[in-house]
Amino acid sequence: MEKSTWTTKVGLAQMLKGGVIMDVINAEQARIAEEAGAVAVMALERVPADIRAQGGVARMSDPELILAIKASVTIPVMAKARIGHFVEAQVLESLGIDYIDESEVLTPADEEHHINKHKFKIPFVCGCRNIGEGLRRVAEGAAMLRTKGEAGTGNVVEAVRHARAVYSEVRRLQGLGEDELFVYAKQIQAPYELVRQVAETGRMPVVNFAAGGIATPADAALMMQLGVDGVFVGSGIFKSGDPLKRARAIVEATTHYNDPEIIAEVSKNLGEPMVGIEISKIPTEQLMAQRGW
Amino acid sequence: MTIGVLALQGDFREHVEALRRVGAAPIDVRLPRQLALVSHLIIPGGESTTIGRLLNLYGMIEPLRARAGRDLAIWGTCAGAILLARELRDARAAGQHTLALMDLTVRRNAFGSQLDSFEAPLNAPVLGEPPLPGIFIRAPRIEAIGPDVEAVATLPDGEIVAARQGRILATTFHPELTSDDRMHRYFLTL
Repeated sequence: MEKSTWTTKVGLAQMLKGGVIMDVINAEQARIAEEAGAVAVMALERVPADIRAQGGVARMSDPELILAIKASVTIPVMAKARIGHFVEAQVLESLGIDYIDESEVLTPADEEHHINKHKFKIPFVCGCRNIGEGLRRVAEGAAMLRTKGEAGTGNVVEAVRHARAVYSEVRRLQGLGEDELFVYAKQIQAPYELVRQVAETGRMPVVNFAAGGIATPADAALMMQLGVDGVFVGSGIFKSGDPLKRARAIVEATTHYNDPEIIAEVSKNLGEPMVGIEISKIPTEQLMAQRGW
Repeated sequence: MTIGVLALQGDFREHVEALRRVGAAPIDVRLPRQLALVSHLIIPGGESTTIGRLLNLYGMIEPLRARAGRDLAIWGTCAGAILLARELRDARAAGQHTLALMDLTVRRNAFGSQLDSFEAPLNAPVLGEPPLPGIFIRAPRIEAIGPDVEAVATLPDGEIVAARQGRILATTFHPELTSDDRMHRYFLTL
């Protein structure tokens, strides 16, 4: 019997596909997320919208809070560590949760190196804006990816930009000749072996979700139709008027993403969505998606 | 014979690909009208609370119960096995929707958290001599089987990880994540 193999790390992400992972800040929200049909919860102290509003350094959440959330649900629990902060990751692994998000939503701890994720038994998910960034994370040991979007904005435009960037490059790669893959790998600064794998299979080497700005059922279905395997919803649920109803609707729209009649039905009377922010109104240094190297 | 894969949530694409490898042409099942077309249904791995909730919401629990084992063969992997079990331990505290079609007692997340997910070679005499690769991810455990249920696969220590009751099959592991298609072939004979 072999525990925590690459297959089991990647495999858990496979089981989350077609599902919605929801940010929660306490046990009550976690129970609401589970009731609504979330496939996993992301345990954190502040949702990205509040991190953005309050400013300051955002760090790993209090272990006690994470354990309280873990005790309140039967679905997998994820938590965030700062980019490069491998001790936060060690702490989270010791809590016996199911996945770590090495996340640009928190303030980076290292502006050159990401965590060497191969050293851990717990699997990691990491953000990316394009195929090169995604494959660099996989090379470091990420067992799941998510496009970054721009967290805490309720604006899906960056999530769309990043998903389109990833999948158009996957399609382009399939058309390249064997001889052209070496230079392509050099240009996107990703390992040749992973580039070749994507060219051969026509898909990213690990499951890829969308994140950052998804606020409505139609947003979730849009990302699914663009080709992602599932969605993370951060501030979009618990910053809205009726979280349970909205959470349920986003779950249904993610399953039935190709069925506009169902998406219309679940979109009725959802109450106030979270207030969105236009990306161009955010000062450049406050953009989270540009964190990560 | 039409093969369906329940596509509400989980690793249904891997099942579809395995079925294509063995020569079947599976359809995705998300709604009762698609369910009505199939003679064989696979319930994939995923989150049992999520899949159960969507089964209930879209009116598929009753038609499944009415046809299961009669004109519909069903195979549940992992979350699917949880949904098939008549008795559930460590279920969601507020309860969860299940199909309760097999005389099995199943405990959810019985091996621990993701850190306890594992791989092990399995003994499955009905599939032939070579060991079957077993991938267990936050897996449930079959704690008891009824008199009409037979073991199909076991861990090296003898623990039952696959069981069959007539035309209904449950595995707590994921053959769809491997290139060994014997369990898919076996299901198509039920």
